[in-house]
Amino acid sequence: MSLRATARIAAGADGSLPVLESDGPLALRRTRAAAPGWSRVTVVGAMSAPLGGDRLAIETEVRDGARLRVDSAAATLALPGRDPAPAAYDLRLRVGAAASLRWLPEQLVSAHGSHLRVRTAVELAPTARLVLREEQVLGRHGEPPGTLVSRLTVRRAGRPLLDQELAYGPGAPGGWDGGAVLAGHRATGQLLVVEPAYGEEPPAARPLGEHAVLTPLAGPAALVTAVAPDALALRRILDAALAELAPE
Amino acid sequence: MHLDHGHTHHGAISADARRPDGTRRALRVGLGGPVGSGKTATVAALCRALRDTLSLAVVTNDIYTREDAEFLLREAVLPPERIRAVETGACPHTAIRDDISANLEAVEELEDAVGPLDLILVESGGDNLTATFSRGLVDAQVFVIDVAGGDDIPRKGGPGVTTADLLVVNKTDLAPYVGSDLGRMARDAAEQRGELPVVFTSLRSEEGVGPVAAWVGERLAAWTAAPAPTA
Amino acid sequence: MTRSALLVLADGRFPAGGHAHSGGAEAAVKAGRVRDAASLEAFCRGRLHTAGLTAAGLAAGAALGLDLHELDAAADARTPSPALRAAARRLGRQLMRAARATWPGPGLDALAAAFPRGAHQPVVLGVTARAAGLGPEDAAHCAAYEAVGGPATATVRLLGLDPYRATAVLARLAPEMDEVAARATAAAREGVDALPAASAPLLDITAEQHAAWPVRLFAS
Repeated sequence: MSLRATARIAAGADGSLPVLESDGPLALRRTRAAAPGWSRVTVVGAMSAPLGGDRLAIETEVRDGARLRVDSAAATLALPGRDPAPAAYDLRLRVGAAASLRWLPEQLVSAHGSHLRVRTAVELAPTARLVLREEQVLGRHGEPPGTLVSRLTVRRAGRPLLDQELAYGPGAPGGWDGGAVLAGHRATGQLLVVEPAYGEEPPAARPLGEHAVLTPLAGPAALVTAVAPDALALRRILDAALAELAPE
Repeated sequence: MHLDHGHTHHGAISADARRPDGTRRALRVGLGGPVGSGKTATVAALCRALRDTLSLAVVTNDIYTREDAEFLLREAVLPPERIRAVETGACPHTAIRDDISANLEAVEELEDAVGPLDLILVESGGDNLTATFSRGLVDAQVFVIDVAGGDDIPRKGGPGVTTADLLVVNKTDLAPYVGSDLGRMARDAAEQRGELPVVFTSLRSEEGVGPVAAWVGERLAAWTAAPAPTA
Repeated sequence: MTRSALLVLADGRFPAGGHAHSGGAEAAVKAGRVRDAASLEAFCRGRLHTAGLTAAGLAAGAALGLDLHELDAAADARTPSPALRAAARRLGRQLMRAARATWPGPGLDALAAAFPRGAHQPVVLGVTARAAGLGPEDAAHCAAYEAVGGPATATVRLLGLDPYRATAVLARLAPEMDEVAARATAAAREGVDALPAASAPLLDITAEQHAAWPVRLFAS
């Protein structure tokens, strides 16, 4: 029996969390923020949810002037379910004027036989700041991957800033493991930093080793794109970039 | 959306002789010829000879994108903003003859970047005897061969030797060492080219490029004097 | 629509600058990820379903008459690599030059006036297709074919790969090119927000590395 669940978060400028609604497997906890003036929410335990046919969603609103960090206690594991339909996981993030969101979940692991569609839609006010990390791991250790389609759409002031869809695994269109896309790498990820000050002075494009790159986008934002043999190697690249671009 | 029904062709048609503001654009001279004949050295010498009296710039088309541009930079013949390198996808003749769009981009960008120019030299990548420039890209072309490549090259002909507006036979100082007969080269060239001019150069001395510089000066005078064509 | 106009536009000899771009193949060859016909096929198939699909959607959208500024912004958002954005705008200018000389008309003039620094190549391609009397499916087919034709030709030059085997790769991909064109066109009919955004991490990563090489044969 597939399930539907939508969890909701809202953060206020005074450090409060006026909305914090867990739902089904999506359990939200207020946790202690490392930085003063920030709120922090951790998605705990049941992130290993999306089974075939499940429809999960998290809606997050960072209100004007608020600062919120969202992370997770463990990796999200996409698993095959009895329902052959793909599972869906929707993340809808809104960040208001002069507000900041650090969205730093653990990896998404696409287990053999699973089929998951992730959709992350971000709406940013012109003065909003965002740090967003996404990591996809193709299969648990040593197993072939499931099918994963992940779309990331970021709009700023109503205009598109970044729009990308990654599709891997047996149900994806062909060539995903060829020399243009992954070439045998089993972990891939991105770190997006939206910073209004980049409008004046964007970071310069540069390779981060052989399998990652830092690129300034067409708007005030920088994206790190990386592929790696495994989740650990990927995290090392993205952690180094995070520490450089947007330390907490 | 703004709709312009005027069918303006600013930069759209390659052979336009005018800038968007109606003034006459820079004269574009192509320099082609086989590998190692001294094209880049000729371009460098021309730049030194002409840079004090003319506003000029260079586009290079080496098969290895930046090598010629870097040679020109190293020799400090022109400031870097006056030199552009065009990638040719391993086919230098395609970039100067069949699909000239990247070179046209480069010459227009040079005029945009450094202001009105009198002269733009477009140097082809080293190629074979069949490579010539499109008339859509250059107004005149120079084909550079050298005596060390064999004194039978003018006799063999080919589009470069036969039709270039100027044939340069370079490295005349080497003729005694490689056994090339300059007289024979001159006779063969005249037979192939009819009235079209041929000059012999040695770039060992500063004045060596003089005949080429003088020819470019004549072409430029004629270009400047010509009435702008009505498109 | 005239089928022959499609052949003129899709011809590799159409003078719009594509011959100097390898579509990431030059970097992939150097990294050893493209080394023979089989790895070329895997490279091209991946590029077709990512960058090719995305370009085909933009081209179909432009041919359908969707808002060009929205399409160009959508192209920017789908191109995180500044080297690839620059290449796309440069190729857009080069195609614009060829297109205005080949099929002169108000649509291309308006596009040139609206984007003096050049629009993304697939957007120009769609407007060009329209000017040539072609439809959105034709524009999408051109974009899909370019996405794989460029790397195949470049690989023949870079590796000395047997040209018959490279062409056979393209022929084997033909049914998938048709699928990509159909999918892109169907999405474009839904509007700019529905356009595909398929991306390829290695193409983005290696594009910046390639742009920094001191010696290279291809512009991208």
